[in-house]
Amino acid sequence: MASEIDSAAKALPTGPGGSSRNARHAWKTVKGVLGVLVAVAFTFLGLLAITFFIGRVVPIDPVLAVVGDRAPRAVYEAVRIEMGLDKPLIVQFFHYVGNVLTGDLGMSVSTGRPVAEDLARVFPATLEMATIGIIIGVALGVPMGVYAASRQGSLVDQVIRVVGLLGYSVPAFWLGLVGLALFYAKLQWVGGPGRIDIFYDGIIEPVTGLLLIDSLLAGDIEIFVNALTHIALPAAVLGFFSLAYIARMTRSFMLDQLAQEYVTTARVKGVSERLVLWRHAFRPILVPLITVIGLSYAGLLEGSVMIETVFSWPGIGNYLTTALLNADMNAVLGATLVIGAVFIGINKISDVLYRVLDPRAR
Amino acid sequence: MATTRDWLLDDSPSSRLQARLGRSYRLARALSRNPLAMVGAIIVATLILVALFAPWIATHSPIGQDLAMRLKPPSWDNWMGTDELGRDIWSRVVYGARITLMIVALVAVLAAPVGLVIGAVAGYFGGWVDRILMGITDIFLSMPKLILALAFVAALGPGIQNAIIAIAIATWPGYARIARAETLTIRNSEFVSAVELQGASSFRVIVNHILPLCTSSMIIRVTLDMAGIILTAAGLGFIGLGAQPPLPEWGAMISRGRSFILDQWWVATMPGFAIVIVSLGFCFLGDGLRDVLDPKHGDRQ
Repeated sequence: MASEIDSAAKALPTGPGGSSRNARHAWKTVKGVLGVLVAVAFTFLGLLAITFFIGRVVPIDPVLAVVGDRAPRAVYEAVRIEMGLDKPLIVQFFHYVGNVLTGDLGMSVSTGRPVAEDLARVFPATLEMATIGIIIGVALGVPMGVYAASRQGSLVDQVIRVVGLLGYSVPAFWLGLVGLALFYAKLQWVGGPGRIDIFYDGIIEPVTGLLLIDSLLAGDIEIFVNALTHIALPAAVLGFFSLAYIARMTRSFMLDQLAQEYVTTARVKGVSERLVLWRHAFRPILVPLITVIGLSYAGLLEGSVMIETVFSWPGIGNYLTTALLNADMNAVLGATLVIGAVFIGINKISDVLYRVLDPRAR
Repeated sequence: MATTRDWLLDDSPSSRLQARLGRSYRLARALSRNPLAMVGAIIVATLILVALFAPWIATHSPIGQDLAMRLKPPSWDNWMGTDELGRDIWSRVVYGARITLMIVALVAVLAAPVGLVIGAVAGYFGGWVDRILMGITDIFLSMPKLILALAFVAALGPGIQNAIIAIAIATWPGYARIARAETLTIRNSEFVSAVELQGASSFRVIVNHILPLCTSSMIIRVTLDMAGIILTAAGLGFIGLGAQPPLPEWGAMISRGRSFILDQWWVATMPGFAIVIVSLGFCFLGDGLRDVLDPKHGDRQ
């Protein structure tokens, strides 16, 4: 252990005053990390305050919101005491924060199970879909944005620009429905709603919860292909939205770079256009692009709420909307909390990455 | 005609009215040179006209049922076909324009002033006022808008009024951020100091001198946000938490058409086109307005 630290220290550049500079640098890093952690903690506390506010203050009667209006008097009273509604609001809030921190999100009225358990079960389905969605978005969106910027004002550029704006104006649920009607019902290219055909349901033992990986682990290619046909359409719809956003931002970043003098210099030197685009202009936009991709990934969580409803995808979005329609308040707040926390987490991670990767922000 | 134009473009306007009209005229001219912005303006104008004159544009009653005519494909009589209760979809889409326009207008009226005032107060006073107000704003901003709106509707109960309130709650933080940024750039300028030295109260400085200068960036942002507001409202309607039947709200109409999507595609598809066109219109217009009003972005796109 000690020798490891020694060799690590030797690897660092040591000049006159080098060690003190390193120490200062390390202290700065620690301070930066602490700052981010404190900010994350406060944002998360704020998130808890919002869900607490929504759950306990906004409804006229929070007990009724949990037990429903058909509950007998005794149940009503029991729940009222159990929820601690006889105590002052601030005590209730700290109680709530304590519960959430220990992983207790309450019981779901509709499934009869703890909300935390439900969420852990449904989350992988959403993660799987959103991940494939973001892969599609990056793989197509970045080249589209670069190409549009290199041909600014051309017809292709105009088309890509309109595609980018369509990402802001097409309802996700509608695109999903139209996709189902076209690619599933009419052309039969993809599987229908759900993660897998009923025939295959429950054969694979969940290991990661990600069906594509689980089926590969089990070595069952048939199920893998079936799951792939099911995920293709919803992931493609999600991918379209991240594609639109990523292409738009890539184009705008690239235009900024292409207007710089060093690009002109490279061109005058006779560097080929492809090298100018990908080696000179593209490299500097990688860092802001990571932030954009992070934001887009987080945004897909939001998009998945609608998409999952349309495709009966058993993920967190579907869980949330089902809970909404059953007025299952614990489940609604639990799902809101998890989505919010993941959203904040991804944002902060891309924020930190930006700072680590961009030499100017260090 | 030429004299009116000269009067409008006069470099030394003799009255405040002339200066303002001249500015609007210049903006309108700049906007009219941007083709996408013009398309956007035409779409938004059409939406407003259709909403105003819905009874004359619709060919049938939006809620009149005719079970003999249920689920008919688009035809000469029913331009967009009929739904599962035999209602004419075209007429419902036309009346739906009223609901959409009402939602975006009310959300803008509720959210923009709240955000504007909070942002301006935070930026003007600075210090702990700024820290508290912006802390609250950032917490709201850190949540996905749709999820926030969904959670609020869940607590408030379904219905179009609650949907509007929920969307407004999810929308105001963005405006507060912009207003604060604008205020910070104006706050230390000389004319503000001059007004302050003359003994103007903070209230007076904010209302008379800071807020008017924030409006143009606010208009851009509100216009760009309209598409998002329309999509969120339609999403709430689709899930069944927004406008309730028999209101011809576009999102709710798509939700009803969902059961027939495989055989009677037009029931769900047609209202979707209306949403796409109107949202796209607001996007085009917002983009164009930003190019014209915000010279920093001018040559970008």
